[in-house]
Parts: sequence; structure tokens; C-alpha cells
Amino acid sequence: MSDDRSLSREVTCTVNGVKRAATVSVRRTLADFLRHDLGLTGTHLGCEHGVCGACTVLVDGRAVRGCLMLAVQAEDRAVTTVEGLAPDAASLHPLQAAFARHHALQCGFCTPGMLTTLVEFLAEVPEPTPAQVREAISGNLCRCTGYEPIVTATLEAAAAMRRQAA
Amino acid sequence: MKPPPFAYHDPRTLDEAIALLAGLPNARPLAGGQSMMPMLNMRFAQPDHLVDLNRITGLETVEVEPDGTLAIGAMARQRDLERHPAVARGCPMMVEALGQVGHRQTRNRGTIGGSLCHLDPAAELPLVAAASDAVVVAAGPKGRREATFADFARGFMTPGLDPDEVLVAVRLPALPAGAGCCFLEFARRHGDFAIVAVAVTLVPDAAGRIALARIALGGVGPVPLRLPEAEAALRGAAPGAEAFGQAAATTRHLDPLEDALVPAWYRRHLAGVLLGRALATAAGRMGRA
Repeated sequence: MSDDRSLSREVTCTVNGVKRAATVSVRRTLADFLRHDLGLTGTHLGCEHGVCGACTVLVDGRAVRGCLMLAVQAEDRAVTTVEGLAPDAASLHPLQAAFARHHALQCGFCTPGMLTTLVEFLAEVPEPTPAQVREAISGNLCRCTGYEPIVTATLEAAAAMRRQAA
Repeated sequence: MKPPPFAYHDPRTLDEAIALLAGLPNARPLAGGQSMMPMLNMRFAQPDHLVDLNRITGLETVEVEPDGTLAIGAMARQRDLERHPAVARGCPMMVEALGQVGHRQTRNRGTIGGSLCHLDPAAELPLVAAASDAVVVAAGPKGRREATFADFARGFMTPGLDPDEVLVAVRLPALPAGAGCCFLEFARRHGDFAIVAVAVTLVPDAAGRIALARIALGGVGPVPLRLPEAEAALRGAAPGAEAFGQAAATTRHLDPLEDALVPAWYRRHLAGVLLGRALATAAGRMGRA
């Protein structure tokens, strides 16, 4: 790859708490960087132009479209992907547990984006109404039309997280 | 899907960014990337150089000036503005509009300056700027200059900026005492661009009549459209169904955009209905002059 930093460069960032680095073309999107360069294929790519929400990840705690950010823009930032949500290999995040219990996924393609979006949302709105949950996931498309169980699971997870915090 | 090849620059200062834009051929600035990145991914945009404004500090500030003017840095993120107390006080209409700008994930990255420069005819923030008599501040090799938003919005997705200029701030004059505002839109799905959007500010006089009305429509023309006829019809009127009906009726003369999904007559119809509703809501929010 070229030595010209305007064409390629090493990107160093913290992903799921671990410092990671890879040399990439400047036109690499953050989502492709996570999947191809770091091997974290939990982040899914659907539309690749910011409509479907499948590639949502957290950057410094904020939900963003991984396809609408360049990898070079993640330099020095903290990225959380779906792989980083569970506290350890043996347990699930309360949202993941509630999704499993309520069959809030069928094909699972939208799930990583739903979960990362909802992690940010529940941190801000710990006691949401069903309408607020629907609005929060309005930028995440589920083609199995599983929105009802997704909303149910989110409300249950919110209650579990409130109990945890109490 | 990949963006086309480009050289990437991430300057730390505004001066460096302007120098890059002025010196490099076919260079484009990158703000929040929520419109530019899709255009790159779909190769509608093919710049040779991309000048990223995200590493420049000081462009994301929100300040209230001594005369009450709300000065917002161009790189202020939409989601930060949505939750900013000074914006809630100084331009409540913007908070109402921001709730309908894309989705939480796009608002976390998207900036006010990016939206004003992209200038989509149905976008919410340009409409708020038009309805607020906003002034934009641009910086270029020759220094800074100000322009009214009406002058800045030259035409369909065409901001009045030279290729080596960067939008650095937008300034919204203080709302007069007692002003009531409303932003309303109709879109098929939450977060979509509006089919028609309306932004209204009503200012009361001491007797509770309407001293001043500012009305703008989005999605109807190539740029946000002020409705001087409707504004004139409301001046001095008592707020109520009769005055609002007359103002809304002026939308009958509009010649809206038409596309494969939405015929002109439907946009014209929506403009009248939404304007009537927005006026009633704004009047209900008026306080004492």
C-alpha cells in the first residue's frame, strides 16, 4: 500500500475494550474495517448507504452507522460492536437475553444494529414507553417483520436493567 | 459498495482546511457524512480530495450572544442540538424539527452545517433556517462573510458557497417576546425526508393579536419557500380559525415539485392542511408580548 497518508494509513482504536490497529485504505468504511480488517463479522452490512441500520455500532458510546463513517475517522476512538455487549463469554447482555426469550430475531440480520441502537437508547431513557422504543428503532429495518417481539423484549430488558441498577 | 478512490485530508485548523480546499483540484469538505457518505458509496459524488472537518476544534459551539442571537457552529451535531438547553430556549422549533431529522444514529453524526450545505429541498434544518431569518457565516481565503439564509439558498441543492469556502456558523436572531412556534411535517415513515413540512412563528402584540408571522414551507419548492402573502394576511389579525383559514388558502396558488411518487396537487393539498394545523398550534403556544 502507498506510503502517502492521504491514501492509506494505520488506524488505531479501542474495539470492545481492546486496542486494535490495522493499515487500511482511507476509503475503507468503519463497518468494513471491523469486518475485514479486524475479523469482527458481528456487525452486518445491509444497504451500505445509511438506511437499514444493520451496521450500527457505538463510537464513544453513541450509536452511528458504520457504513457512513470512514475507518480513519475512528482513530483514537472507542468502538463497541455487538461482540462487546455481553459481560463475558458465558452470559448475555440483558437486551440479548430478552431478545432470545421473546424470539425478537428470526434471521438475525438486523439484530446487531437493533442491539447497539437500543443500548444507547436505554442508557438515556431507562423507562421508555412502547412508542419511544418504536421511534428509537425507526432507523433499523427488520425484514422478518419482528418489530412486535423486539419492542416487547426491549421493554423487558429495560425493566431488568433498572432492577440491576437499583 | 465502496466509495470511489480519493485522497483524504484531516486538517486540525480551519485555515488548513480552507487552504486545502483552495489548493486541491475537485476537493470537497466532509462534515458529519450522513449525506456525503451515501453519495460517495453510491458514487454520485466523486471528489479527488476529501477534506474532513471533524478534527477541527471550535466549530461545534453553541453560544447565546448578548442580544439573544443564537450562534451555532456548523459542526454542531444534530443530536447535541436536539438536547441543548440554549437551543430549546432560543429556537424551540429546531428541537421539534430535529426529532424528525433521520434517526438517532444519523443525528449522532449529522451536523447542522452539513444539512444546510446539502440543502435538500425537503430537509428540516434548512426550513428552520428559512423560517428563522437565519444568517450564515462562511469562511474562505479572503476571510469571513455573512449572508442571509435566503441569499445562501441559491437553488436546488445549491448553497451559495465558493468551492474554497466553508460554512462555519449559523446565527438565529432572538425570538421576540411571547413568540409561538411550530414545526410540522408529513412523511410516509418516521425519519424520512418530508413530503411537505411547515415551519411557523407567530409573534403577539400587546393586545394578543398577531404582530408578525413567519411562515416557510419545505418539500414544495427547490429551496425552502417563505409565504409572504400568508404572512401579510396574518399581520394584525386576531388568532383564530378565520385568519388561519385565509392564510392557509394562499397555498392554493403554489406550484409544487412533482415526482414519481408524489403529484403536485397532493403536495399543494398537504401544504394547506399542515399550515392550518401549524398556525393553530403556534398560536396556542404564544405568550405575552
